[in-house]
Amino acid sequence: MAALLGRELRVALKAGSGALMGVLFFLAVVTVFPFAIGPDLNQLGRLGPAILWIGALLASLLGLDRLFALDREDGSLDVLVLEAHPLMATVIAKCLAHWLVSGLPLILATPLFGVMLNVPPLGIAAVMATLAAGTPAITFIGAAAAATAAALPRGGLLVAVLTLPLTIPVLIFGITATNGALFDPDPFTAPFLILLALTLFSAVLGPLAAALMLRHSAE
Amino acid sequence: MRFEADTLSVNRGLRRVVQDVSFSLGEGEVLTVTGANGAGKSTLLRALCGLLPLAAGRLRLAGLGEGEDDPLIFREHLHYLGPQNAMKAALSIRENLAFWRDFSGGSDGLEIEQALRAVELPHVADLPFSYLSTGMRRRVAICRLLVSKKPVWIVDEPTSGLDRSASELFAGLCRAHCADGGILVAATHLPLGLGKAQTLAMETLFTVFEGDAFFDGEEA
Repeated sequence: MAALLGRELRVALKAGSGALMGVLFFLAVVTVFPFAIGPDLNQLGRLGPAILWIGALLASLLGLDRLFALDREDGSLDVLVLEAHPLMATVIAKCLAHWLVSGLPLILATPLFGVMLNVPPLGIAAVMATLAAGTPAITFIGAAAAATAAALPRGGLLVAVLTLPLTIPVLIFGITATNGALFDPDPFTAPFLILLALTLFSAVLGPLAAALMLRHSAE
Repeated sequence: MRFEADTLSVNRGLRRVVQDVSFSLGEGEVLTVTGANGAGKSTLLRALCGLLPLAAGRLRLAGLGEGEDDPLIFREHLHYLGPQNAMKAALSIRENLAFWRDFSGGSDGLEIEQALRAVELPHVADLPFSYLSTGMRRRVAICRLLVSKKPVWIVDEPTSGLDRSASELFAGLCRAHCADGGILVAATHLPLGLGKAQTLAMETLFTVFEGDAFFDGEEA
C-alpha cells in the first residue's frame, strides 16, 4: 500500500497540476464572491466562512474524476484490481494520496483567502479545522462516484453531479461548526463531532462502494 | 499446478462472445489463442483473469488449495499483460517497475536492471516512460512480468508494436518462463517455438450485422 501511495504522490508531483488547479479554482471562487456581495466588510466577514467552505467544496470536486479514469486509460486499473490486496485497501490508498495532493493544499491556502474575505483569525482557524475534518469525506464519497464513472469515456461532470448532493451534509455541519466557533450561543463541539462522524462513515462506505463498482465495471 | 477451464462462456452485454471453451494446462504448457479480430480473444483472456464475469462454466487453478475455484481469489497468481502497458508516463522506468514489483509483493523476480537487460533496454532505467518509442514501451511493459514472479502469464497481443527481433526476444522469455514450470496463455499470431503448445482457434459466433442472432445470450 505504501508503494501505491508513493506512486500516486510522485505522479501528482511530476505530472499533476491537479493541486495547483484546485487552489487556483478556490482562489477564483473566493475572489468572485466579494464582487457579488458588495463592499460591506462586516457582511463579508460574516459570510466569509461559508464562502471558504463552498470554494473548497467545489475545488475538491474538480480533480475527483481523475482518481480512476487515468488508471483506466493507461491500463493500470486492470492490474491494480488483479493484485492480491483487498480492493478496498487499494481504493483507500488512492483516496489518501488524492487528499494529500488536492485537499491539503486547499486547507493550507485557507488563511490567505480568509484574510481576503475579512474573516477574523478565530474564524480562519475554525474553517481550517472543519475543512481538515470534512474534506476527506468529500474525497471518499467522490471515490465511489469516480469508480462509477470510470467506465465511461467522458465521466468528468458526472462525478461532480453524483458527488455534490451526497456532500451536502458535510457542508452543513462544516459551516455550522465554524459559526459555532465564531458566534457565542451556537455550539462548536456537537456539529464538529458530527462532521468527524460523517468522515468516518464515508471512509468506510465510500471505498466499499468504489471497490464494488470497480469490480463489476471492469469491462 | 494446473490451469483448467471447463466449458467457459462469456457474455459482453447481452451478446455471447465466448462459447464453451475448455482447456487444461499443466506446468510448462502453453495455450495460444488465435482468431480473427472480434472473435473474442481479449474477452476470453479478461475472463480468465476474473476481470469479466463468467456466464457459464468453471475456471480452476488447481494446486492452490483454498480459493482455487474462484478467479477473484486465484487471480493474484496471474500476470496479465493487456493491450495497454499499465505504466505512468510521468514516472521513470525504474519507478514504474519498482512500484509494480512492490505492489505485487514479489521480491523473487529479477532485479530491475536485469529485467531491462533481458529485454535489451539496459540504459533507460532513469528515463521517464514517456520518452520511449512504442516498441520500447511494450518491452518495458513486458519487464513488469519479470520483476515479480507469478506462475501464470496471460498476455494479450504481447508483441504489438515490437519489431521482429524483439518479438523473438519475447518468445525466448516465454520459453524461459515455461521451462521454469510456468503456464502461459497468449493471444498471439507469433509462433512461440514451444513444443507443448496447444492452440485454441476462436471463431466469431455470429455476424454482428444480422439482427436475429445478435441477442444470442438472453433471447434466443
